[in-house]
Amino acid sequence: MDKTLTSRHGPWIAGGLIGLIAVALAHYGNPGNMGFCVACFTRDIAGALGFHRAGVVQYIRPEIPGFILGSFISALIFREYSPRGGSSPAVRFGLGVFAMLGALVFLGCPWRAYLRVSGGDWNALYGVGGLIVGIFIGILFLWRGFSLGASTNNPKASGLVMPLIAAGLLAMLFIAPKFGENAPVFFSTSGPGSQHAPVLMALAAGLIVGWLAQRSRFCTVGAIRDFLMMGDSYLLKGIIAFMITAFAANYALGTFKPGFEGQPVAHTNELWNFLGMVLSGLAFTLAGGCPGRQLIMAGEGDSDAGVFVLGMLTGAAVAHNFSAASSGAGIGAYGIHVTIAGLIFCVLVGVLCRDRGE
Amino acid sequence: MSDVITVNASGLSCPQPVMLTKKALSGLNSGRVEVLVDTATSRNNVSRFAENKGWKVEVNELEGGGYKLVLLK
Repeated sequence: MDKTLTSRHGPWIAGGLIGLIAVALAHYGNPGNMGFCVACFTRDIAGALGFHRAGVVQYIRPEIPGFILGSFISALIFREYSPRGGSSPAVRFGLGVFAMLGALVFLGCPWRAYLRVSGGDWNALYGVGGLIVGIFIGILFLWRGFSLGASTNNPKASGLVMPLIAAGLLAMLFIAPKFGENAPVFFSTSGPGSQHAPVLMALAAGLIVGWLAQRSRFCTVGAIRDFLMMGDSYLLKGIIAFMITAFAANYALGTFKPGFEGQPVAHTNELWNFLGMVLSGLAFTLAGGCPGRQLIMAGEGDSDAGVFVLGMLTGAAVAHNFSAASSGAGIGAYGIHVTIAGLIFCVLVGVLCRDRGE
Repeated sequence: MSDVITVNASGLSCPQPVMLTKKALSGLNSGRVEVLVDTATSRNNVSRFAENKGWKVEVNELEGGGYKLVLLK
């Protein structure tokens, strides 16, 4: 099995399985077209911890710690646990913040953008279009010599921080402690945060996907980047399989509902669906991979990816505390402002961060 | 025998190891190119790229961690 996952066929086999698991999670309780959404789930975790107080999106989604721990265990078993870091961590933190802000303007990370299309939500076509444009802008910077610099090997123990945070989140999910009146941990009683698959099923799904993605290098941004840059369809096949199986499962379960109006956890503003994902796609490309991939690398001991993930957690809090997140009703009052600020930040990073070895 | 070209791609994020390898191989019809990478992902990506371009790849695991990939044609 491992030989297959690490072979040329790995990404499409992993992608196909992940597509099926995603639709199963939505079928068993996750919000519509949200079998997996790294942005939405991280946002829900930020809410559960009280980092923002949007009452409808607060829940400790076990899929996220599952990704990190699944990857961590897989990396240990296959001797790929490799603690490293030190490649412009503060810049990566900023990229994580703005990748999240862009994703919450669109309402989904790249994983969910593809899942939304597979469920017939045509608003997400603008998001996928924006994602491709954002990745292409990132490629232009890469061609000009963009680099955040090299990471170096870190002490073995340094790679344990993100897996320990993941374990702590799971402990808080299962124990559900209350740290005072009107204090976390919060669990939504209505809205998307209240909709979830059974806890153990979601955790198992997260662990399995963490393992599959760690072995196959499944990456929803690298897929498009490598195809556009080098005509390499190795990772792209993973996304195509992911969308095909998700579409087939949605169709079989009657959850394929084509159209623009009335889509679950989505709005119909074409321009900001597009630009939100331009920002996200650019930020992910500059950081070297999609949000799922960042979680997987964090599990392998990559502290830079860990810092990016913590940036996403912060970005989620910013999005809701500063009225920048969209909702089904439309974009937030400051969604446009943060998207423009994020695009300026990313362009500056792309222009100014060059390889000093040249 | 011509000079050995060494590419140090250790610690770099995707897709920079492949980009540096591509740059080193461009215009070369034969020779020996050594690429240093630090992760299994970069090892696989660089190997796949070089093999697709017709280069033979030898993978050497380094003692302190990481890999030296020897590309031959």
